[in-house]
Amino acid sequence: MFAPEIVIAAVINGLLTGAVYALVSVALTLVYGVLHIINFAHGAILTAAMFAAFFAEQAGVDPLIAVFGLAPLFFVLGYGAQRYIIGPASHGEDSNTLLVTLGLSILIENALLAAFGSDTRTIDVPYGFSTVDLGFVFLPAPRVIAFAVTCVTATLLWALLKKTDTGKAIRAVAKEKLGAALVGIDVAHVYAVTFGLGAACLAIAACVLLPSYYVQPRVGDAYVFVAFTVVVLGGMGSAPGAMIGGLFIGVVESLSGLYFGESLGQLGIFVIFILALLVRPTGLFGARA
Amino acid sequence: MSAPLLSVQNASKRFGGVLAVDSVSLTINAGGITGLIGPNGAGKTTLFTLISGFERPTSGRIAFQGVDIGALAPHKRAALGVARTFQIVQPFAGLTVRENIAVGAHLRHARRDEALAKAEAVSERVGLADRLNAPASGLTIAGRKRLELARALATEPTLLLLDEVLAGLNPSEVRDVIPIIQDIRRGGVTVLMVEHVMQAVMSLCETVFVLAQGRIIAEGSPSAITKDANVIEAYLGHGAAKRLAARDVAHG
Amino acid sequence: MTVSGARGMFSAYAPILVVAALLALTPLATSANTVLNAMVLALLVALAGQGWNILGGYGGQFSFGHAAFFGTGAYGTALLQARYGLNAYVAFAAAIGAGAAVGAAIGFLSFRSGLRGSYFALVTLAFAEVFRIVANASPFTGGAAGTLLKLDVAPGNFQFASRAIFFWIALALVTLVLILTRAIERSRFGAYLVAIRENESAAQALGIDTFKVKLQAITLSAAVTAAAGAFYAQYFLYVNADIAYGAAVSVEALLAPIIGGLGTAFGPLIGTLALHGLAEGAKALTGRIPGIDVALYGALVVLVIAFAPKGLRGLAARLGRGLSTRWAS
Repeated sequence: MFAPEIVIAAVINGLLTGAVYALVSVALTLVYGVLHIINFAHGAILTAAMFAAFFAEQAGVDPLIAVFGLAPLFFVLGYGAQRYIIGPASHGEDSNTLLVTLGLSILIENALLAAFGSDTRTIDVPYGFSTVDLGFVFLPAPRVIAFAVTCVTATLLWALLKKTDTGKAIRAVAKEKLGAALVGIDVAHVYAVTFGLGAACLAIAACVLLPSYYVQPRVGDAYVFVAFTVVVLGGMGSAPGAMIGGLFIGVVESLSGLYFGESLGQLGIFVIFILALLVRPTGLFGARA
Repeated sequence: MSAPLLSVQNASKRFGGVLAVDSVSLTINAGGITGLIGPNGAGKTTLFTLISGFERPTSGRIAFQGVDIGALAPHKRAALGVARTFQIVQPFAGLTVRENIAVGAHLRHARRDEALAKAEAVSERVGLADRLNAPASGLTIAGRKRLELARALATEPTLLLLDEVLAGLNPSEVRDVIPIIQDIRRGGVTVLMVEHVMQAVMSLCETVFVLAQGRIIAEGSPSAITKDANVIEAYLGHGAAKRLAARDVAHG
Repeated sequence: MTVSGARGMFSAYAPILVVAALLALTPLATSANTVLNAMVLALLVALAGQGWNILGGYGGQFSFGHAAFFGTGAYGTALLQARYGLNAYVAFAAAIGAGAAVGAAIGFLSFRSGLRGSYFALVTLAFAEVFRIVANASPFTGGAAGTLLKLDVAPGNFQFASRAIFFWIALALVTLVLILTRAIERSRFGAYLVAIRENESAAQALGIDTFKVKLQAITLSAAVTAAAGAFYAQYFLYVNADIAYGAAVSVEALLAPIIGGLGTAFGPLIGTLALHGLAEGAKALTGRIPGIDVALYGALVVLVIAFAPKGLRGLAARLGRGLSTRWAS
């Protein structure tokens, strides 16, 4: 058995990791909730954003500064991808969207591979090895920052959805797309905005991940599997579900890593994922119509 | 012993807080066309989904030819001889008319060529013979309704549940379809139809059940039903029967 | 059988035999090992894609995890020979059976839970990953080092000195599945499968046991893709977790039929040839940059779905019709 302090430290570390999972998952679930599709290009977009953050850092811009440029940039890219590629190419069929986003994911990942090779790259930031002392546990500063940024992003996103007209339009389309169209909402625009918001969240996640992680053309895959699990667990389309699910999975992963070792911890995520899908595909929280 | 073809006893269906079908009982004997009418939201389609097996009743019993079928999956009920059409037509859009009907025909014909031959025969009965090679997605709404009918008919049912096959058709199209339904009945198939087109109900049905707010409120011949005070109230609102009666007296 | 029936048989199966016969001549045209090697690999991808096409193309159930079946076929034949000393041909057949069993099990769990669309894609993806992680960690499968088969060239061991023999065997398997697929198209099972793809509720209303038909389809689909995996292990005499259960296998299995033409017998073969042609062309133009070929595949998927939803085969048919009407007028 482990001493309580070690277990508590593992739980807190799990929560910090889980916050980034939550951010990646909120982006996935937002797109699902509105477009009713699973974006299989999610991982590839995260990878692309991490490369962008990496090269920004190489050019002398700290990821925490770069995020203010990259989030809007990825919003625009995401908007364009949905509006001008995914939407038109899918002809309104969900099964086509599935394949188009898969095709985009293959395209992005392998274009990155062709451009930058499969090397693993890391960056050095001044706060890379700093720690935050809570008295009973030392926490790595980059992950504490990641946690804080996630909380801010989630709050902003929540405010955007609840308080602004755009947010109201997004929620209207999520609930009833035909009705929204009838009252004059441009559904294609709302779809693209939502997709853009998802991509912007991924850009933010990339900027807070990079200081404590590495980048490589397939790095997004690992996160996206976790995000799928979180989203299924939290209920497809439920943002609070994705937040709680992300934190939960972070803790589960951290604890199972502590008790069973790394690779089996990874297995644990997939087993939870499969069970969640098979037993309760509507998720533990929110139900799907 | 002759059990009724279909016997629904105290069937109820609850969706959350809504009691869509409220202890409905009805009996249908073999041979004939029975109508099921009622205002929008009365529970007609829900009752159909209970009989065809797409939903299970919350309580109550559904028996077909004396056998309890309440727990059977839709495909098993189809195999026993209960076929249905959908109010919102559900064609196999990517297939031709012939292939669509053949899917139904396969229920009783394992061989492909026999199913295709059966599909051709059925297409003539519903007036789609000249469209056999057309993709189902290319049919007009009237054509799709006929296709819906043809597919169900191709399963060689004993009981055919028609969910508003005439809705959305113009009067001349309605006049074309009525003889088809009569022909189906003459072929020995018992028909239960949900219908809003009263002209068709009057000319086709021997018996009519009226459903309102999930309950059967009247049963009888079409002409008796139209004079039933409960029915008039259900359609036209509280007090309507009295006002109509008063008007009849005044004009009478 | 009626005359028209015989004519129908002929027009259904003759093209398959003609294509097979033409492809069979390849080793006579070239004895270059690199060409034959590429052709064997292409046929393996086509075979895996043919398996996927039965479930995905005809049945409309898009699996993103066919590596689970490919890998079970590959590990099945490798482990039965390496660990239990089974005859190679017996192991090959048993590995196909194992793949089918895995397919039936995954299908039973997924379809029983009513998973469709994205949910089905996700769960199959996850199953394949579980297999990969376990195969990578378990000592029984040789862990990360994988499993090696003993080189012992003899026809009795399913090992041949000539690549042409492997080529012909792979071609025979592809041809067999082409015939099987065509037979499915002309059967009640095939009609039911397509009906489920087009509209599952309507299929149920017409008396189709959709659970049973989907279960049969995934079992058959898995068996065919497992055959591709088993052949792979036999051809290279080596298998590891990333090769057998990697996501790349799942992607390759679905790319070929989508690009060639979903739910058509020749789709996977046409798609494979197109993809390999594209890859070779890209390599010739850009040199050997890793990833460039697969990136093009991804772009091609988007383009095909956008502009030729019925795949290249559908596109060819459309062009053909256009030309013939122009000729006629």
